[in-house]
Amino acid sequence: MGMPLDLLLEAVLFGILLGGFYAAVSMGLSVSFGLLDVPNVAHPAIMVLGSYCTYVVVSKFGLDPIVAGLALTPLFFILGMAIYRFYYELFERRGGREAGVRGIAFFFGFALIIEVGLILVFGVDQRMVEAPYIGKSIDTFHDIRIPLRTLTVFAVAVVLTIALTLYMSNTFTGRAIKAVAQDEAALRLMGANPVRIKQWAFGIATAASVIAGAMLIIVGPVEPGMDRVYIGRTFAVVVLAGLGSMTGTVIAGLILGISESIVLMHPVLGASWAPAVSFLLLLVMLGVRPQGLFGR
Amino acid sequence: MRFWIGAAIVLAVLVAVTATVQYEYFFFAGYTVLMFIVLSTAWNILGGYAGYVNFGTPAFFGLGAYSAAVLYKATAAPLVAQIALAAVTAGALGFGAGLLTLRLRGIFFAIATIAVTVIMETVFNNWRYAGGATGLQLLRPPPIAPFESYIKMLFVVMGIAAITAVAIARYIERSWLGRGLRAIRDSEEAAEASGVPTLRLKLAACTISGALMGVAGAPMAMYLSYIEPASTFSLNYAIGALASPMIGGTAHWLGPVIGAAVLSTLQQIITVTISNETNVLLVGVLLVVFIVAAPEGILGLFKRFFGKR
Amino acid sequence: MSALLKIGGLSKNFGGFAALTNVSIEVAKGERFGLIGPNGSGKTTLINCVSGLLRNDAGSIVFDGEEVSRMPAYRRTRRGIARSFQVPRPFRTMTVLENLLVPSAYVVHMKDSEGEGRAMEILRSIGLADKANAYASQLSQVELRKLELARAMAAQPKLLISDEAMAGLAGAEVDEVLAILFKLNEQGITIIMIEHIMQAVMRFSQRVICLDAGKIICEGAPAEIVKNGDVQKAYLGA
Repeated sequence: MGMPLDLLLEAVLFGILLGGFYAAVSMGLSVSFGLLDVPNVAHPAIMVLGSYCTYVVVSKFGLDPIVAGLALTPLFFILGMAIYRFYYELFERRGGREAGVRGIAFFFGFALIIEVGLILVFGVDQRMVEAPYIGKSIDTFHDIRIPLRTLTVFAVAVVLTIALTLYMSNTFTGRAIKAVAQDEAALRLMGANPVRIKQWAFGIATAASVIAGAMLIIVGPVEPGMDRVYIGRTFAVVVLAGLGSMTGTVIAGLILGISESIVLMHPVLGASWAPAVSFLLLLVMLGVRPQGLFGR
Repeated sequence: MRFWIGAAIVLAVLVAVTATVQYEYFFFAGYTVLMFIVLSTAWNILGGYAGYVNFGTPAFFGLGAYSAAVLYKATAAPLVAQIALAAVTAGALGFGAGLLTLRLRGIFFAIATIAVTVIMETVFNNWRYAGGATGLQLLRPPPIAPFESYIKMLFVVMGIAAITAVAIARYIERSWLGRGLRAIRDSEEAAEASGVPTLRLKLAACTISGALMGVAGAPMAMYLSYIEPASTFSLNYAIGALASPMIGGTAHWLGPVIGAAVLSTLQQIITVTISNETNVLLVGVLLVVFIVAAPEGILGLFKRFFGKR
Repeated sequence: MSALLKIGGLSKNFGGFAALTNVSIEVAKGERFGLIGPNGSGKTTLINCVSGLLRNDAGSIVFDGEEVSRMPAYRRTRRGIARSFQVPRPFRTMTVLENLLVPSAYVVHMKDSEGEGRAMEILRSIGLADKANAYASQLSQVELRKLELARAMAAQPKLLISDEAMAGLAGAEVDEVLAILFKLNEQGITIIMIEHIMQAVMRFSQRVICLDAGKIICEGAPAEIVKNGDVQKAYLGA
């Protein structure tokens, strides 16, 4: 493999932590694109927007970043509902590929506006936040140091994933969301309004994105162009998992995290090949098994 | 017939301009506009006619540029050969990417095109012969007579490329191929049920589109006397190639031309007078506004106001 | 009479869900064949497998003596299988006439000059001639249904599968569409009709098959099918 064993071990360990983070970050997309079929290429941009909003709240009110992220969820929930409503009225209703092209292009334009808007307001420099767990590390076996912030984010990711999975299986709305993904017509016959349900689901997905954004800025500094590399990662996870599979998202996230980590720490490949890992995985998956590992 | 007369006039004007105008910046700006006309027209063949959105214009453009650059570095081949190679490599990339993903829904193809771009950029970042991340310096040969400056020559070359691209798009649009692509765009399943070999047509459109984008990229290395991955595979090409047809109009070959001319000129003015970020913001806003309010683009607006058909 | 379409042991699964299980049907050349079954019984899945939009997981589909189950849909259309869609899928940015030019160019390989004449004939025969230059997006429900059939006819098929062409139409409109199908059959085209409107199926079909939960539960002449207990149970519940 070209890597000494303890380096490999370290890479796998970081990969797991990273993977958990990627899975949580992709949860929102798993719902909005995986279940609802909305071509939301602006998902990473919204996440980065969430990072910046977290930054503002932390700077202004001195809150802990995770608390700030949580505080922002209602706002982003409403934003998500509004975005879906807009998208539905303008594109999904009209139908046909024409609407499909315009829908994708719309989200692309939206992502662009967010990215550039952030540059105009905050400039291109990186922003970061401070917290008691940022800057410290703990020592584990084999002399591997794990930054506390990575562990914290992993913990948040686990909680977020469990919360979302429980919500989807155990609440009425959660199950309605899954149902609407499978058979909209049947749902309509039962008297439920699919548009309202999808709107709600998109709101949840966007609320999850702001927490992802908070995690992002805890893990490291953010800058407006970060959404580009996360497009590859989030879509790779969602495609690898298979549309609509929540458990799949976790496993796919881990696979991506570990692969990236190994490449990053590889003495020969290293940082210049790491950005391509997610995209390569994505292409291979699309070519070989487009329905993903656990897809419908 | 009218088209060819018009094309001849345009070519004559371009050549005449090189003989009379001496202001160098005009040719740099003009080259950029013409280049975006080629890119937008190429994009529209797959995006507008068939309805498959391509975010990966930089991949084909960049591959074309690097093919030309590497060929020149290795063999000092003339510009024509560079362009030919660029068309072949970028066309092959279009075919390969299409084969991999055109069987899937449109959005997967769109995301796959982003993937191809990043992978391309990473490959060239790591290829030392092509200059790696730091880039490659190239010495331009002297311009071919009767052109006095290389940039004037490139200006006319790109003009010819633009006319060729538009002619190809126009031919496709009016032919059975165009009707098949439109059927695919309107309802792919109904198209298959009506005997349209959808995968083949999509592959054809993707290959032609990719090849033309490669042609647009080929002179880039000579234009700058320098090539490096980050700016060659820049997202700006993806944005320009997508926004221009969506703003100008996707149903007719004139749409991308108008869109590219308007947008490219606007972009250059704003970048110079205000800032590059504002320029991208403007494009984003215009794109969303047109998608929402004027889905048929500038051409569609003309149709509505003047009742042309 | 020889069999134009022979489906043997056809099965189709979606994930864990068995949409079709071991379906075997023979349709004779020139026959008027009816396919009924409650919602979700697999009728549309069956046609999607026959026309090629879906690949069957097991079994064979032999059309006009040729095994077609591995063929892409467009090739099957060129061999003579045409279908209309349950929810009409017109080419919205084209006119009615242009809609028909797609199959005439891609299936019958006619040049537009020839194809237009043939298309106008078809439009006249179904009463859409005056809408020839209207955009498909401007048509009414009935007109869209007729366009679906017209487009299938333009492919000069040997077999036409009509998927709920009359759904949601009122009495006189149902008669109109039925008359078109009868006329086509007289010209020698084999027709498989999928319908919920029982009186239309009974009037039209020489033979009827009833599907339920992906399996064939009954086969025979229309009068027998209507009286069959299993069929009544499938439609009305237990």
